Order: sequence, then structure tokens, then C-alpha cells
Amino acid sequence: MTDDASTRLNGRDLTLSYDQRVISRDLAVRIPDNSFTVIVGPNACGKSTLLRALSRTLKPARGNVLLDGEVISSYPAKEVARRLGLLPQSSIAPDGIGVADLVARGRFPHQSFLRQWSQQDEAVVAEAMASTGVSALADRSVDELSGGQRQRVWLAMVLAQQTPLLLLDEPTTYLDIAHQMDMLDLCADLHAERGHTLVAVLHDLNHACRYATHLIVMQDGAIVAEGEPATIVTADLVEKVFGLPVRIIPDPETHTPMIVPVDRRGARREHD
Amino acid sequence: MSDTLAPASSATGSARPAPRGARAWRSPGGRISFLVRPRTLVVCLTLALVSALTLVVSVSVGDYGVPLSAVPAALMGFGERLDVFFVQGVRLPRALTAIGVGAALGIAGAVFQSLSRNALGSPDIIGFTSGAATGAVAAILILGAGRLVVSLGAIAGGMITAAVVYLLAMKNGVQGYRLVLVGIGVSAMLASVRDYLMTRADLTDALGAQIWMIGSLNSRGWAEAAAVWIGLAVLAPVIFAVGQRLRFLELGEDTARGLGVSAQSTQIIALAAASALTGAAIAVAGPIGFVALAAPQLARRLTRTGGTTLAGAALMGAALLVLADLVAMRLMAPTQLPVGVVTAVIGGSYLIWLLYTEWRGGRA
Ligand SMILES: Nc1ncnc2c1ncn2[C@@H]1O[C@H](COP(=O)(O)OP(=O)(O)O)[C@@H](O)[C@H]1O
Ligand SMILES: [Mg+2]
Repeated sequence: MTDDASTRLNGRDLTLSYDQRVISRDLAVRIPDNSFTVIVGPNACGKSTLLRALSRTLKPARGNVLLDGEVISSYPAKEVARRLGLLPQSSIAPDGIGVADLVARGRFPHQSFLRQWSQQDEAVVAEAMASTGVSALADRSVDELSGGQRQRVWLAMVLAQQTPLLLLDEPTTYLDIAHQMDMLDLCADLHAERGHTLVAVLHDLNHACRYATHLIVMQDGAIVAEGEPATIVTADLVEKVFGLPVRIIPDPETHTPMIVPVDRRGARREHD
Repeated sequence: MSDTLAPASSATGSARPAPRGARAWRSPGGRISFLVRPRTLVVCLTLALVSALTLVVSVSVGDYGVPLSAVPAALMGFGERLDVFFVQGVRLPRALTAIGVGAALGIAGAVFQSLSRNALGSPDIIGFTSGAATGAVAAILILGAGRLVVSLGAIAGGMITAAVVYLLAMKNGVQGYRLVLVGIGVSAMLASVRDYLMTRADLTDALGAQIWMIGSLNSRGWAEAAAVWIGLAVLAPVIFAVGQRLRFLELGEDTARGLGVSAQSTQIIALAAASALTGAAIAVAGPIGFVALAAPQLARRLTRTGGTTLAGAALMGAALLVLADLVAMRLMAPTQLPVGVVTAVIGGSYLIWLLYTEWRGGRA
């Protein structure tokens, strides 16, 4: 295993809390470079909290997050935003804002008082909208869009930030199955073709196993397993973390682990 | 110069990646680039023109009328002595005070609404105005004070209330609806403090306080004009400097931080400066209602930017107040109404319209 200094983003001895309520204690986390890291875990186990700490939107009560070897809070805010993009679990679109306006906001860390809208800004925004399939919506208001369209607009905004590191909190919520796969394929492309390092919180374990190169499994604020999905995902782990008895079979498409919940109705009937 | 003002989409053709209605202006080498929004420019220029024309009309009409043809000379201090006295000595400072107070309220309202992400989040609603009024009433009734002390009382009351509301509403950052709710609660408490003070005061003082609380520009002169314009000159640049970051905070704090905007410092700077600006406006004219509530929203709807427009809010506030003061002066002449009565009528109608459209849009 490589040591801390060799990965661009990692956290040491992290204690994460809201006011007095501690969510995670003494957490060590390493995001392998050029990985597609997926974080899974039951509701409210602290996935978003960890992502917020890694993106310096939450200040750890103890410990440090290191970005490129330096404590993340020691960088100017815009400098961090040029290296690391965040899609939070929820964002707010101001009334009446246009799609292109919102995506263009992603260029903020690259702009200055005298450089408010360069040709590069324009080209990058166009490309971000094209790759998320929202170009045709450019002139619409964000409030008129469906949940799934809106989610893709927000992702386009983060892509327009052009950061080598991307943290995405539940990027597939609100999307139908086809758009979920589109979104994950897009993430996989960003990872495979452009060498981005991605960290995504996902709910669907099968998606996680299919796309992740590095899986982090969390429970009650702690990391209980991490590594390549094929090596770490077992029926015991899933039952222990999610409290759900499952069988694991190879995904017929990708041969990654596929989680199939055990049919409990039959068992119940037998007991009757 | 060979600079071009082309639609920002011209380079790429297919999609329109530029913000709606905006055009890019770039220097030939591309080192300098700006986004120009023609619609916002037109709205701002029109509002400025409305204010200027209203000012000219305001200085010319009155019980002692000055013909428009004599106004320019009188403004410069030439012409008949009585013309100069009324135009330059009495009506011009009042109109300038109206424009300054209106602009200050417009900007402050835009900041409060942006921070609370709520169209109702103006200083009137979130308790600031109520705090200033209580401070002033306490000064009038307890200290029996002159206008300067009353003004200081208003500023102190407003700032203290803003700080209390902010602290009560803050928990992992300011939550918009919480700011509004805490403000409404604090306002109600302050109103009862004022009522209590009134019952303890003698009649003349109570009447004076009551009149002050409506908000008026009657008999405001150069001292008041200077006070509010100095306040604007100092505080407006501070607020404009954080204006862009405020628009980012409207996306949610995590999103703004993710884009490299430091949330807390922006909130504190904007809140402090907007509170001071409201304090200056109230100190000069009393708590004139509804301008801070309506001006930013009207400006926003006219410019269609889908976000806060500080310049638009300032110019809209200025135009609204100078127009309202003209109505207040002339509607029942020779009796002069307090301008606060006029803005309350306009603002009340606006509030009903706002609630109605929000309700119809399913957002209230
Ligand atoms: N802003 C907040 N203030 C207080 N508690 C919070 C806040 N955000 C999350 N929590 C709490 O922290 C715990 C972990 O939340 P979160 O990290 O959002 O979980 P997950 O993303 O895994 O569903 C939950 O119990 C939640 O109630
Ligand atoms: Mg979450």
C-alpha cells in the first residue's frame, strides 16, 4: 500500500461532527489517484458528511484533509475549486435562472475581475452541456425542468469547473434507469479517458460494484471495508452492514459481484 | 478599436453556452473579457432617467411653483432669489435624500433577500426595521432627544436586532426561512416593547414618536442628504464587491463553497454593510416601509437575470421613493403626507400581488 503523501486526496484522524454530535471518529480515508471510488452504506451513516469534509465544505473537529500534500484549508478557496469539484446532495436553483447561466457558474474559479467570460469559458461550458446531454435545454429556466434534467444540469456545472478531482453525492438520484446508466457511463468515461479521479456516493450496490475501481463501505460513520469490489464484497459484509441477507452472483454482463436479496417471503410462509 | 460585441454563442454555433440574454465583450487578445447584459443596462438606465425626471419635477412644483425653464438656473444658484431658495435650498436636498434613502433601502433589501433566499426576507420583515424603530422611540421617549440622538438610537437598535436575529438564526450557516421566522418573532416582541414605552410617555412625546415611526421626508435638508449619500458612498462599494459571491450563495452553501466562494465571510460582510445602510436610511427618514421589500423583486423581474441585481435594486428603490415622495407632497397639497403612508399603500398592494402569484405558482 502506498503512503498518504502519494495520493492527491486523503484524510487523517478525522473526527467529523455537527455541533456536539459526532458522526465519524478517527477516520482515515485515502482516495487512490485515478480511481473511480464509490462510497456505499446505509442511510445516515455519514457518507455525505465524509464527502463534505473531503471537499472542505465541513471543517473537521479534529484531523486534517490533505489535498496534494497540503492541508486543504490552507489553500485559497478558488485554488481548491480549480482542483476539486463537488456536486452536493442538494443544491438550490434561484427562481428564473437559465440553464446556461447555471452551468456557466462552474467557471467561477477560473474567472477574475478582468476575465469574466473568456472564449475558453464559453467552449468549456458548451462541452459540459453537450457531454451531459443538456445542450438543447440551454435557454430554458432551471425551474421548468424535470428532476432528472436538473440533476444533469448541476453535473454540467461541476464539469465546467474542469477539476481533476470530482466528488459527486448521489449523482443518480431522480434519474430513471436509462439516465442512471448514462450518468455512470459518463463518470466512467471521465475516469477512464480523461484520467479524472472520481468519488461518488451511490445507493445501488450493483451499480457500485459494476463501476467502482475502489469501493468504500461505511457503517455508523466508520469505514468497515475498502478495496476492489470483487475482493471485498461478500454476502456476510452486506448482511452485516445493511442487515439484509443476500446472495452474491457474478453480474452476467460484467462479471462483477451482483447482489441479489434473499427472498424472505418463502421463508416466512414456511414458518407459518 | 476592433472590439466586437457579438452574441456569446457565435464561436461555437450549436449550443448557446452563454448566460441568457448576455453578450460577451472581449479585448482583441482575449486577456480581458466581460459579460454585458443589454436588458439589465436598459432597465437601469430607464430607472435612472425616471429618478432624474422626477427630481426635476419635484423641485419645480409646489405651492410656490418654479417654471421648468427656470429650474436649471435655480439649481445652479442663479435666477430669482426665491426660486433659488425653494429649488436649491429646500426641494433639491429633499429629492436627493429621497433618491439616496430609496437606493440604500433597495440595496439592503436585495442583500437581505439574497441571504435569506426569500422574497419576504427584507429588513422590514426580518426585524431590523422594528429594532431601529424601537431604538429611536426609546431615544425620543427616554432621552427626549433631538434628531441626531434619535438617529443614533435607530442605528443602534437596528444593528443590535440584526446581530441577535443573525445569531439566533445561525446553525451551521444561515437558513433562510429561519432568518425570516426569527425576525418575525423578534419584531413582534419589539413592537410590544414600543407599545409599552408609549403608554409610559407623555402625549407630545408619544405623538412625536408615532409620527417618526411612519417614515417621512418632510423638511429634510442638506444635512440629511449628506448623511445618506455618505453612507451610500462608503457602504455600497463594500456590498457591490461581495455581490457576485452573494449570487453564488443563492445556489446553496455547499455548492457555493465547492465553487470556491467563502460563505461565512461573505454573509457577515454583506449583513453588516446592509444593516448599516438600512440604519443610515432609517436614521434619516424614519422606517419607510416596503421599498426594501419591493424594489429588489421588481428589479429582478424586469431584468430577468434569475438572481439578485444590486444595481437594479438600488435604482428601482431610488425611483420608487422619489416618485412616492412627489405623490406624498402633492396628493393632498397643501397638506403634506408622510411618504411612509404612500409607500405602505403601494407596498401593501405589491405584497398582496406577490403572495397571490407565489400562491398560484404553488410556491407559498
Ligand atoms: N447539517 C446537519 N446538521 C446536523 N446533523 C446533520 C447535518 N447533516 C447531516 N446530519 C446528521 O449526520 C448523520 C449523517 O448524515 P449524512 O452524512 O448526510 O448521511 P448519509 O449521506 O450517509 O445518508 C445523520 O444522522 C444526519 O442526521
Ligand atoms: Mg447523503
